[in-house]
Amino acid sequence: MSEFDAEIDTSGLNCPLPVLKARKALNEMAAGQRLHLIVTDPGANKDIPAFCKMTGNSLVETSEANGKIHFILEKGASNA
Amino acid sequence: MPKKLAIIASKGTLDGAYPPFLLASTAAALGFEAKIFFTFYGLQLLNKELSLKVSPLGNPAMPMPVPVPSIVQVLPGLQGFATWMMKRKLKKKGVASVEQLREICIESGVELIACQMTVDLFDFKHEDFVDGISSGGAATFLEFASEADITLYI
Repeated sequence: MSEFDAEIDTSGLNCPLPVLKARKALNEMAAGQRLHLIVTDPGANKDIPAFCKMTGNSLVETSEANGKIHFILEKGASNA
Repeated sequence: MPKKLAIIASKGTLDGAYPPFLLASTAAALGFEAKIFFTFYGLQLLNKELSLKVSPLGNPAMPMPVPVPSIVQVLPGLQGFATWMMKRKLKKKGVASVEQLREICIESGVELIACQMTVDLFDFKHEDFVDGISSGGAATFLEFASEADITLYI
């Protein structure tokens, strides 16, 4: 897994909390920093890419292990 | 220009409370400007203390642990039981509470607008509502909705 600057574990939480928690964490971060987001909600496989697409943040990496999805998001410059 | 989401919330049940707050909070997280216009029973969603209920009565699609005939659903306590069951299920599945989603809406700048006509109609008081909400009428909503990318009636 790539390096990251912050991490949130949303295991057990359902839609839309992983997206809302990712938003909150990214608000505290600087452009170019990376967030490791851990999610168990299977809907996140579509929701997190959609969130990134709409907000100008990049989805750098996605992997799945032991029922958990691991996303690495990189904060974009636009701060949308 | 941010995208805009305009929602009319007309339902005051526990299940009816989810779509407006859930979509508006997520829209705000996606960078939208979002406004919810609360009218008729939807005004109940603005009360400081929420006591939202869900009933299987008149709602044949609501999953129940055992089949409950309509004639039994009118009995006292059945609605309370159904509400308790639904809340327990929501919690168990890690779904946010309505209060939590509403709080996120307020924190993230979603504008909550109480329909003044229905506030007067039901003799509701603004002081019973959560802080920071505004009020307005049909033209207020239509002005925003006319520029919105997404408009929903819930």
